[in-house]
Order: sequence, then C-alpha cells, then structure tokens
Amino acid sequence: MKRVGFSAVSALLLLITSQSALAEWGLNMTEGVTRVSHEVHDLHMTIFYICVAIAVVVFGVMLYSIIYHRKSRGAKAENFHESTVVEIIWTVIPLVILVGMCIPATATLIDMYDNTDSEIDIQVTGYQWKWRYTYLNEGVDFFSNLSTPSEQLDNTQDKNINYLLEVDKPLVLPVDTKVRFLFTSKDVIHSWWVPELAVKKDTIPGFINESWTKIDKPGIYRGQCTELCGKGHGYMPIVVKAVSKQEYKTWVTAQAVAQAAAKEIKDMSFDELMIQGEKVYNTNCAACHKKDGTGIPPMFPALKDSSIAMGDISNHIKIVLKGKQGTAMSAFAEQLSVSDIASVVTYERNAWGNNKGDYATPMSVKKIKDNK
Amino acid sequence: MSQTGVLEGADAPTDEEHHHGPDKGILRWVYTTNHKDIGTMYLLLALGSLLIGGVMAFVIRAELFQPGLQLVDPNFFNQMTTMHGLIMVFGAIMPAFVGLANWLIPMMIGAPDMALPRINNWSFWLLPFAFSMLLSTLFMEGGAPNFGWTFYAPLSTTYAPPSVTFFIFAVHIMGISSVMGAVNVIVTIFNMRAPGMTFMKMPLFVWTWLITAFLLIAVMPVLAGVVTMMLMDIHFGASFFNAAGGGDPVLFQHVFWFFGHPEVYIMILPAFGIISHIISTFSRKPLFGYTSMVFATSSIAILSFIVWAHHMFTVGMPLAGELFFMYSTMLIAVPTGVKVFNWVTTMFRGSMTFETPMLFAIAFVVLFTIGGLSGLMLAIAPADFQYHDTYFVVAHFHYVLVPGALFSILAAVYYWLPKWCGRMYNESLGKWHFWLSFIGVNLTFFPMHFVGLAGMPRRIPDYALQFADFNAVVSVGAFLFGASQLIFIYNVWRTTIGKKGIKATDLVWEKPEGLEWTALPSPVPYHTFQTPPKVD
Repeated sequence: MKRVGFSAVSALLLLITSQSALAEWGLNMTEGVTRVSHEVHDLHMTIFYICVAIAVVVFGVMLYSIIYHRKSRGAKAENFHESTVVEIIWTVIPLVILVGMCIPATATLIDMYDNTDSEIDIQVTGYQWKWRYTYLNEGVDFFSNLSTPSEQLDNTQDKNINYLLEVDKPLVLPVDTKVRFLFTSKDVIHSWWVPELAVKKDTIPGFINESWTKIDKPGIYRGQCTELCGKGHGYMPIVVKAVSKQEYKTWVTAQAVAQAAAKEIKDMSFDELMIQGEKVYNTNCAACHKKDGTGIPPMFPALKDSSIAMGDISNHIKIVLKGKQGTAMSAFAEQLSVSDIASVVTYERNAWGNNKGDYATPMSVKKIKDNK
Repeated sequence: MSQTGVLEGADAPTDEEHHHGPDKGILRWVYTTNHKDIGTMYLLLALGSLLIGGVMAFVIRAELFQPGLQLVDPNFFNQMTTMHGLIMVFGAIMPAFVGLANWLIPMMIGAPDMALPRINNWSFWLLPFAFSMLLSTLFMEGGAPNFGWTFYAPLSTTYAPPSVTFFIFAVHIMGISSVMGAVNVIVTIFNMRAPGMTFMKMPLFVWTWLITAFLLIAVMPVLAGVVTMMLMDIHFGASFFNAAGGGDPVLFQHVFWFFGHPEVYIMILPAFGIISHIISTFSRKPLFGYTSMVFATSSIAILSFIVWAHHMFTVGMPLAGELFFMYSTMLIAVPTGVKVFNWVTTMFRGSMTFETPMLFAIAFVVLFTIGGLSGLMLAIAPADFQYHDTYFVVAHFHYVLVPGALFSILAAVYYWLPKWCGRMYNESLGKWHFWLSFIGVNLTFFPMHFVGLAGMPRRIPDYALQFADFNAVVSVGAFLFGASQLIFIYNVWRTTIGKKGIKATDLVWEKPEGLEWTALPSPVPYHTFQTPPKVD
C-alpha cells in the first residue's frame, strides 16, 4: 500500500532531481531566447516548486498515516473532528501563498501586454493550413508552408531531424529589435506559438490580436499551430530565423526586389507550366484533393475526371481565383501569383489522365482576375 | 451525524415483493420507474460508453505510438479525438454519476424512491437515442464531428461536416435528459428526506449531488443555447460566430466555457462526496470537517461561474480580463485545498484498512491533487501562454477526470455493490484491477506533462521526432489501463449475474455510517423504504 503515496512522491522527486538534465531530455519548458520567455520560465519554475512543496507535505502526512495508522499494526481510531482553528489555518496559508504568486505573475503579464514602441510590424495571417507573413512597412509578403516531403509522412522515406517542423520560407526577424505581431486569420481560428519566444496568440477571422517579442540571440526557433483548425492542424509549423540587424536589412531589400519582379508577367511554355504546376499543386492543393487528384469526397471532391478540370477553362480559373462559397475551397487570388495559378490550372487539366490538352497562360488568368 | 437503524421498515417489503416486484423480461426495463432499475441502466449505459470511448482512445494512441501516419488519416483522427471526448464526458462520466445518484440518494435520505419516477424513466430513455444519433454520424458522408469536443466556431459551423446537425440535436437531447435528472434530484432531496434528516445531517454524497444538480440546471441551457446559435449560423443564415456578418468567433468560446467550466465541476463534485464516505469508513473515523466540506463544495460551485475565461487566455482578452480570470481561478485552489486537507486529516490517527474501494479512494486523493496542482500552474496566465493547448493540458484534465472522476466511480461501485446485490465482489480481482489501473493511468498521463512542456500541441495526428519516446510509453500505458478495466467488468459480472462471492452482511463493512448500511438489508429490497426511518 505504501507504494501509492510513494510512486507519486518519487515521480515528483524524480522531476526535481533531474532538473539539470531537463533541457536535454525535453522534459521541461524551454527558457527561451527573450526576456519575457525567461520571466515566464521563472514563473513556471516558482509555481512548480510551490506545488512540489505542497505535494510533499500533503502526501507526506498521508503516507505517514498509511504506514503508522493502519489497523494491521493495531492502530486504534481516534474520534476527533471539526476544528475551526485548523480550518482557518489551512484556508489562510494557501491564500497567502497565492497572493505571493499573483505579484510576479501580474508584473510579467503587464510586460507582455505592452505592445508600444515596436520597430517592425508584421501581420501574421492563419490559413488552412499555412501561415502568411506580411511585413507591413517593408513591402515583403509571403506564405510559409510545411516543407516535409509527404513520403516522410507516409513512412516510405526516413524522417529527417526537423520532421514536421520545417517550412519552405521561414519568418526572418532581426535580433535586439522589438517586433510587433498583428494576428488574424482568413478562415478558422489558428494559434501561432513559438515556445522560445513565449508568444502564443490565437489568430481569429475578422479580428486582430497583438503581441510582441524581442529576440536576444540569432538562431532558428520552431513552433506549431496550437488551435485545432481542421485536418491539416498538425501540418502548419512555424519557423523563425533570427539574424543580425545587418543581415536582416540585406534580406528585406532582396525580398522586396524579388517580390516586385515576380509580379511581372512572363510567357511560359506548356512544359514550364506543368513543372511549376505540379509544385504549386503539391504545396497548396494536395492536402485536400490528394496528390493523385482523387480528393476525399464529399468534403474535398476529386479533380481527376471532374467536370471542372475537364470543363470550361475560364470557369476552372475562376474557381481557383475566387474559391467556392459554402465549401472548404478557398480563394487563391491573393495567395498565388497569376503564373502560379496558370500553371496549377494547366497541371490539373493535364495530370493523372486528365488529358484535356489545353492550358492557361498567366495573361489569361490576369484578365479574368482583373475583370473580377 | 448519527442515525438509528430502523430495520423493521426494511424487513417488511420482502413479503410484499411478490406483489410489487418488477415486470418480467425486457419490458421491465422499458417501463420501469424504480430508482434502482434506472440507476442500473444508467450505469450500464456509462459502461458501454466507457468501452466505446475507450476504443476510440485506443485508435488515437495506436496512431500516436510512432511518428508518421500508420493507421488513420488526419481527418479520421480528428473525428476520434472529438468523439472520444464527447462520449467520455456526456456518455460515461455524467451518466455514471446520475446512475449512482439514482441508486444511492433514496437509500441515503430514507426515501422510497425518487420524487419524479416517470421523469426519471424518460430522462434515462432519451440517452440511448441521443448517443445512437451521435454515433451514427461516424457512418455519414463526410464523417463524424471532427472539430474537437469543445467544437470552436467557425470550424464547427462554416467549416463543419454535414453531420454537425445531428451532433447538435444529440446535444439537445442529452441536455434535456440532464436537466430532468437534475430537477428530479433536487425535488427528491428537498421533499423526501426522512424525518429528522436536516440539511446539515445529509450524507456528503447527497450534498455534493444537490449542488451538482443546481449547476446542471444553470448551465445545460447555456450549452443548448450555444448549439442552437450554431444551428442558426449553419442553416438559417445567422452570423452569431461569423465576423463577416457582424458576429464574433470568440463569443462562441465565452458561451461554451460559461457552460464548460461548471461542467467540469459537475463531473467532480459527486466524486468528492463518494471519496469522503469511503475514506471515513475505512479509516474508521468520522470525516474531519463535515461542515467545512459542505461550504467548500458550495464555494467551488459558486466560483465555477466566474472563472470560465481561463480556458481562453490566448484569445486576446484585454489585460484586465486576463488578471480577473487569473485571480479568480487561483482562488479555487483554496476550497479545493480544504477538501484535500480534510481527507488527509480524516486518515490521520485512524485505523486504516485497504480494501479495493479504499485503494481507489487513496489513489483519487493523490492523483486528483496532482491534477489540481497542475491546474494551479495553468491558472498563472503568463505561464499558461506556454501550456495552453499542449499535452500539459491534456495531462492535467485527464488527471482530474480519469484517476479523479472515473476512479471515484469505480470506488463507489466496489463500495456499494455488496449492498446492491447482496454479495461481496472478489477482493483479489479488485486489487489486481486497482494496481494495473494505477500503474496504467500514471504511465499514460504522467509523461504527457513532459511532452507538453517540451512543446507538443494537443490534437495533432503526427508529431516531431523529439516527442517519440514518451509517446510510445504513453501508448503502452493506455493499452494497459484500458485492458485492465476488463477485470472490473468480469468482477462485477461474476458478483451480480454469476452470483459468486460470499453473502454480504447488512452492514457490509466494519462500521459504515449512513441509512443505506444501518437501516436496509443486503441486498436492498426492490422498494427501498416502505416507512420512513427516523434519524436522530
């Protein structure tokens, strides 16, 4: 019987004694790389030790009784009960401990809510199932998708060390700079969490939430969506790449130039369209319509042999641009460039045995887009 | 609290049973208005739900045994987590407590039956239909609800599978059943207590259930309201939770958790009553502070209405809101502490023995306290930003629901079963059941604290490699825990239907307190008290 109390206490003792090894073993909360994340970690450890102390006292008394006040040892039951003094003591002491705990917690919270004086403002938009980062004053705007190959998900390929925690384009931030985030969502509620920054905020469609961070040291920090947002919830990681201020400046300039260039419309050959189309399809469409175009009916219809992919091409383009009301099909006009849309439409009409033979051009997509 | 045994009232019905016994065959169960029959049916429904919800947990843990997708696709995985939560909360824990209330409240307060027997029959018989409807969604086009048991809008409205409508109606029916059950409990307790049983002489299980019943009446309509708003959004073009139409997705969460937080106390308050009885009996010592237990339970119930937004620290509430809900939540630790200290002080200087109900009760105190302490950690809003929606939360609420609520139900069945059926369960099977459950439950839920702190979000079908080792341990624990419940089922079956096991005495235990032991024979007759017992 001793073992009941014992295993609980020893589990807790194990927690304390292995403190130094906690980081390596992935047992404990990260200390993180910002002042706030350190404060949060300290709060966490303080309240944890308070809990351990309470547990040791309570379980200690219990264990003592279990060992010494058992009938098999001849213990005779006493009959004491009801004591107002004792009741008051064990009401007041916890109350005092709690008030003591409230003070640092309040201070940290006030600090975390101070969104003033930011140097960079970034809008983070949640989409099913990817993140979009808009640098509000720098003219940089891009989507960040999971980059783990689907073969690793299906176990047909070995998983790499950053399995499910890697993206095609990370969020790049400078160190020692106060960055303000503005969170919102295009569809359902997501939650943007990077443990090392101690930032977790829900992205809510139609509303904007705020938070901020100031990273102390360069590095790559990974996180995940933490609000159930549909079937791709486990597949929308966050990667933050913190770099020096100088490096950040160079990166921003290069990005702005590249993004402006991407807006120009070039002619593309059928083969170019197909190659780019496959890439765009696998990143943006395959989660629902499946890699082989068979979909998951009825929620996500098949594209293989579908009336849309095999029907009128301008209607096909319109659906990709504007989405379909009342269904899970979202509008891609903002998410993808015209050449991406032209290539993905071309791909859908000519892949998996959909031998339609026709193709869309970036120009034809732009026309339909501008016509509204 | 002391009662005089009035055995003559109980002896009489044996003769009368021939005239007023139950109908034969299946119709007995369809037409019954007997609190024991209805209690049994509630408990069987809960057991059935426990098995179905358990199988869903097996699917979840089998998929999470290793990184990568092996068995199910992510959409089906989400259906499993959603249905597991709904079935366990609404199908297993809540009906089990209602079943215990049906069996025990009339016996404990000296009443012949529940006050509203036909409503009692109806409130039970609604449930099989509600759960059939809920389970049938698994076979519908588009699959079952896949938006989590908390069904946050707009994932559960605009983006939901078509089966969400059936889910909404199932919730409505369960809610009607719960409210009727709660009304019945309140009316029974207010009107049918034996002469001399004042409120402050009522057994704690009766007290905790009375408070639970008030919570149910207060919040089940709120749940009905929130699902009706969903229905309006989905089918009638309303925009309660749609910002584009002037609504607010966060409104959903406020309304849901205004129901949801009292709901979690609905699932634990009756457990407090059960544990108080068992610890006192097997410590051979009266409960240390009966009065303070009653007041602590009441304060927990009242506080439960002003803490709901601690489930929503990350939705972007204003600072003042965060602070208010942080402080009010931490305050709950005080009355909860009073309860734990009372149980420990009751054991102190007692004369303890460790039969199966006592083992489960002691495990309840230890493991529920661990769950309570992690709850205290979660109340610290800045730290909650790191814990929220991770496995740390999953660990926390499973600690209070599985070794908390579920262990108390198992303890209650072992404790009162001899009184119900007149035979002792098999003690060594009971001990096996306890130890395997105890090891299994900790192996399952303790490592979840670690993976949660290390950054694993909840409700994901696949995870990064650093979480692999602990997840494998968790899965092994889950299978051990699940399988060991079969011992319990066998033990109950052999005692009741198999009629094995020695005959129980009228007192059953050494010196238990309460009318059900002192004023009724074992097994209890079909009609409980023909004449009310007298309580000093």
